[in-house]
Amino acid sequence: MSLIVKDACVRRGKIETLSQLSLHVRSGEKVALIGHNGAGKTTLMKASLGLLPLAAGEIEVDGARPGSAHARNCTAYLPENVSFHPALTGAEVLRMFGTLKKTRENISALLDRVGLGEAGQRRVGTYSKGMRQKLGLAQVLLSKPRLAILDEPTSGLDPIARGDFYGIVDELAAAGSAVLISSHALTELEAKTDRIVILRKGKLVVDDKLEVLRRKADLPMKLRISACTSIHNVLTEKFSALKVSDERFEISCRPTQKMALLSELTSLGESLHDMDIIPPHLDDLYRHYSKEAIL
Amino acid sequence: MNSILAIAACEFRISRRNNLLRATVAMMVLFAVSLTVLGSGATGALGVDMLTAASASLATLSVYIVPLIALLLSFDAIAGEVDRGTLALVLSYPAPRTSLVIGKLLAHLLALGVALVLGYGAAIAVCLALGTVSTASLLLVLKLTIGGLLLGAAFLGLGYALSAWAKGAGAAAGYAIGIWLVFVVLYDVALLAGLVLSGADGAFTQDFFPWLLIANPADAFRLVTLPTGQAAELASGFVSADLARSYAPMVSLLAWPLAALGLAAFAMRRVEP
Ligand SMILES: Nc1ncnc2c1ncn2[C@@H]1O[C@H](COP(=O)(O)OP(=O)(O)OP(=O)(O)O)[C@@H](O)[C@H]1O
Ligand SMILES: [Mg+2]
Repeated sequence: MSLIVKDACVRRGKIETLSQLSLHVRSGEKVALIGHNGAGKTTLMKASLGLLPLAAGEIEVDGARPGSAHARNCTAYLPENVSFHPALTGAEVLRMFGTLKKTRENISALLDRVGLGEAGQRRVGTYSKGMRQKLGLAQVLLSKPRLAILDEPTSGLDPIARGDFYGIVDELAAAGSAVLISSHALTELEAKTDRIVILRKGKLVVDDKLEVLRRKADLPMKLRISACTSIHNVLTEKFSALKVSDERFEISCRPTQKMALLSELTSLGESLHDMDIIPPHLDDLYRHYSKEAIL
Repeated sequence: MNSILAIAACEFRISRRNNLLRATVAMMVLFAVSLTVLGSGATGALGVDMLTAASASLATLSVYIVPLIALLLSFDAIAGEVDRGTLALVLSYPAPRTSLVIGKLLAHLLALGVALVLGYGAAIAVCLALGTVSTASLLLVLKLTIGGLLLGAAFLGLGYALSAWAKGAGAAAGYAIGIWLVFVVLYDVALLAGLVLSGADGAFTQDFFPWLLIANPADAFRLVTLPTGQAAELASGFVSADLARSYAPMVSLLAWPLAALGLAAFAMRRVEP
């Protein structure tokens, strides 16, 4: 078990920014942390790094107190919106952090791996936002961390860089790291993480596998159909389909009814040109679970 | 140890690439040269060599510019890292918190040393070209350099403390200007006002003024580094020459860096990344 959070509370002034939160992240597991702005994602991460004191509860990183020498040795962190001193080059920044971590990682290979390459010899002041983010990621890869804490790591990355980033996260997890990622880009977390944790106002609302969440939420999925004109009436009347455009219709159905509906539809035969099944979006799930918490 | 050196190396690079700092050091060199040339007229009258004559002006110049350089180097040191989000990152690394401050201190002292060597070196070069340099005067400049480093260390410590305490680099810059004004300008003005109000025989002039003068690191630096005889002259009879020549200014100049760095370490422990 790489990260154990037990009933953790963090207070800032009078408000409790984290209350009674419990969470486990095993090694090799990728956990997505989502929640509204100010939900307490960054707070949870900083508390796990020992940068914020706990008002109650406890946190263990690889069996040690957060912030202890052992915990810091086996943790890697990417802060949100990180930017390094503009007068230093990327390679100089990495070399310094490498010495702090006591690793002999090849800096130029690391720069190539995150896609900075040549830019590593330029000053950070000349970097774009995405390039600074990549430098932050390179710093995470200096060692093989038992626990990687990544705060909005993909903000500012282009789609290809984002894909590469999740590739690197997969490698980390495959090598046995526990990975905790916070993000607002819900759709991209969908396929890339093992578990979803939703925070709301400092409280944990949901902590489960995506499929389980889907099933529990029982949100309607959509079937998108294009069919020839002869069966348009059947579709609208019998299946109460919604006409989207000339040839295209949309039917919403419960996950439990899906198979029955599909067999009925396929019995329509040739008149049916095409069909797409659209599961509920993570955005919808997120909305569903945060709303549930209000009630 | 390696961590401290790695931090210091990066920090020294940052100082070297700091344009504001370069401009300040260039200004210092320029002033050192012109003060030396202007002061050379008095050489014959006083019967001393040119560098000795210049050292008094160099000391006065340093009182203003060394604290300025130290604060320029240090005001951004912690607040800037908080703003960039790198303080949280550095503190999540295995090196202890204090190594961050020590690394920065080493780099900044080195940068300050380079600035002092450039400034005083220019003055020595001018004296070698135009007049005479005695061994005694070289020792005087060495004393200025060491005193300047101590004075600088005191203001570096104050700079780190205010940088950790301020919310943001902008606020830290403001506080730095304030500290410079108070210690280097306003303090002496206030003392002068006290002297005028209390008169030559007043209790303030007799009992408090000498100690207040020594308590300010900038004034202590002046007392320590001015050539003997001139120290008493500076005090213009208000401070007994005994006190000015005693160990008290030296103790003050040594105690200030320690106290200021202690303050910085304390502020650093409380800073929230
Ligand atoms: N330095 C601070 N001082 C006081 N309160 C703070 C501080 N930083 C954050 N907070 C409060 O803590 C709460 C949680 O903030 P946190 O930064 O953890 O949110 P977050 O989930 O990371 O949000 P975002 O998605 O915007 O990054 C908020 O209510 C915020 O106002
Ligand atoms: Mg955040």
